[in-house]
Amino acid sequence: MSRAFRAEIRENLPLNRNHKLLTLAPLDPMSEPQPGQFYMVEVHEGFDPLLKRAFSLFRRTPQGMQLMYRLQGRGTAILGNMRPGSVINMLGPLGRGYPLPAAGETPIIIAGGIGIASVFSLIETVPARAHVIYGARTRDDLFMLNELKEISKGLSVCTDDGTDGQQANVLQMLDQVLGAHPQELADAVVYACGPRPMLRALSVMTKAKDIKAYLSLEEHMACGIGACLGCVVRAKDTGTAAEDKDRQGTYQRVCKEGPVFDADGIVWE
Amino acid sequence: MNLEVSIGGLKMKNPVMTASGTFGYGEEYEEFLDLNLLGAIVVKGLSLQPKEGNPPPRVVETAAGMLNAIGLQNIGIERFVSEKIPFLRTLNTPVIVNFFGDSVDEYSEAASRLDGVEGIHALEMNISCPNKQAGWAAFGTDPKVTCEVVSAVRKRTTLPLIVKLSPNVTDIALMARVAEDSGADALSLINTLTGMAIDIRTRSPKLANIRGGLSGPAIKPVAVRMVYDVFKAVKVPLVGMGGIMNADDAVEFIMAGASAVAVGTANFINPSVAGEIALGIAAFMEREGIGDIRLLKGAAHAV
Ligand SMILES: Cc1cc2nc3c(=O)[nH]c(=O)nc-3n(C[C@H](O)[C@H](O)[C@H](O)COP(=O)(O)OP(=O)(O)OC[C@H]3O[C@@H](n4cnc5c(N)ncnc54)[C@H](O)[C@@H]3O)c2cc1C
Ligand SMILES: Cc1cc2nc3c(=O)[nH]c(=O)nc-3n(C[C@H](O)[C@H](O)[C@H](O)COP(=O)(O)O)c2cc1C
Ligand code: FES
Repeated sequence: MSRAFRAEIRENLPLNRNHKLLTLAPLDPMSEPQPGQFYMVEVHEGFDPLLKRAFSLFRRTPQGMQLMYRLQGRGTAILGNMRPGSVINMLGPLGRGYPLPAAGETPIIIAGGIGIASVFSLIETVPARAHVIYGARTRDDLFMLNELKEISKGLSVCTDDGTDGQQANVLQMLDQVLGAHPQELADAVVYACGPRPMLRALSVMTKAKDIKAYLSLEEHMACGIGACLGCVVRAKDTGTAAEDKDRQGTYQRVCKEGPVFDADGIVWE
Repeated sequence: MNLEVSIGGLKMKNPVMTASGTFGYGEEYEEFLDLNLLGAIVVKGLSLQPKEGNPPPRVVETAAGMLNAIGLQNIGIERFVSEKIPFLRTLNTPVIVNFFGDSVDEYSEAASRLDGVEGIHALEMNISCPNKQAGWAAFGTDPKVTCEVVSAVRKRTTLPLIVKLSPNVTDIALMARVAEDSGADALSLINTLTGMAIDIRTRSPKLANIRGGLSGPAIKPVAVRMVYDVFKAVKVPLVGMGGIMNADDAVEFIMAGASAVAVGTANFINPSVAGEIALGIAAFMEREGIGDIRLLKGAAHAV
């Protein structure tokens, strides 16, 4: 089945001054998305802006799906002005999502800022099992806290300015969570999406502590379907290709081999 | 109605092909369109050895266009032949292999390696890439070098040879004549225009490679003009490309003198568009009461 489809906007709800929640109902048959996968969304009427924009699956709904987005530049501004009833062209679900935790494993799911958009559906997929760590700049940029409390085993919130939760970053929170639950976290798996410096620091920390971690990366994209080779990051194949082990990795496509990568394999440059 | 065209000996059921580097190895698009609707599939540029390409960021959007600096990343000819050709051979659409090298020898080696492979119907030679021996100036910008590399490749292949011209030259008609005289069976144009974009907040170039190739609707008028000029200068058939987004754009290139067209960046915006353009050209001919696509070729030169 083709992953190109049209979707009708049902709701385009402001969450705060620069974040919105888009509720979509596909008009064509859609493939079932997995947590961590994403969509390419057309944001233009003419040829400018030209390229589709990438947005994570936020949440599957009975009628379709929701995307949560931050107003960033021109494309998201256009999307932000779209009204219910408008029809947009989309591609998806795309890429490889989060590998689900095995039965005995304890997921620790970490979101930095708009990174919540990518991990929310993962948290839903493992109800009452995940320790969730959610950090943002300020209280106003934290969303869905009540839902998150309900669907997680524990929710730890932090803000840069201390207006909600602890005044800390997600790495400090992860240290706390690990310290507080030493026995069950022997089998912890970390999942994270957020700004690149946060992910990079997380990968250093999880490696030092020998914790398995999966990180969702972003890179500029043109096609979203693996054809243009525009969206690469350097990564080693962990597991299969033994020859990659001692090399500096290869360029892998965020839209195809990613966006979720094994933290151990990412070569940060 | 006749949509069939012939490009340097390669017969195609219609004039619509895909532009190299924008259609992967074909298989990426299988779910989005009937690949048999296409006149030909042109695959991502290949070299003898796999090539890693440039560091990211590799793409940046610009007004009605995009810059790319992929750096010719590809899996190499051997893996292409063993992993990608089997799928392409199941199609009822000819496959054109785009290739390049960083020396005259590499070009010739690549051409002769591709020559005997069943399932490859024509070669497209990308001469817009840097020449190691000549201080990395592009093969396609110095007439002497162009002549040398095209002549060398010509000797090593019996397949129809399409030479893809660089638009980053002062006189593209001259370069076209050189390629024709050196043995090209057809010419394709245009490759991307060299460009650059700067992030004024960080005061640094947006692409890691600094320079990139501009493609998309922004370059179409330049491309149409170049096809128009080259049509006047040579006898071999032309494949026109550069910003084709729909059937009307394709027809514009044909009227400028192209026998066939290639759809590039548009595949990123709508992955089914190449098939839609093939159908759209037929619909245009129907509306205009034109029975043969060849009657449109170069129509703009009549006035
Ligand atoms: C796999 C993936 C999932 C994403 N999920 C979400 C999400 O759920 N919610 C959300 O708010 N944002 C998400 N993003 C980021 C989102 O794609 C960008 O914020 C958006 O493209 C900005 O477009 P713009 O026109 O408003 O901004 P501009 O800055 O004007 O965009 C200019 C160009 O840069 C590209 N670009 C800008 N920022 C990014 C970025 N961070 N990543 C990739 N390309 C970028 C744009 O696509 C466009 O081509 C995701 C990105 C990726 C790669
Ligand atoms: C991402 C990307 C990769 C490309 N890779 C190649 C390539 O490998 N070889 C080549 O000859 N041209 C390559 N091109 C150029 C296109 O084939 C085409 O000539 C150019 O993009 C103009 O057409 P368009 O505006 O329709 O895209 C590439 C273009 C893009 C956008
Ligand atoms: S966006 Fe084109 S290959 Fe990933």
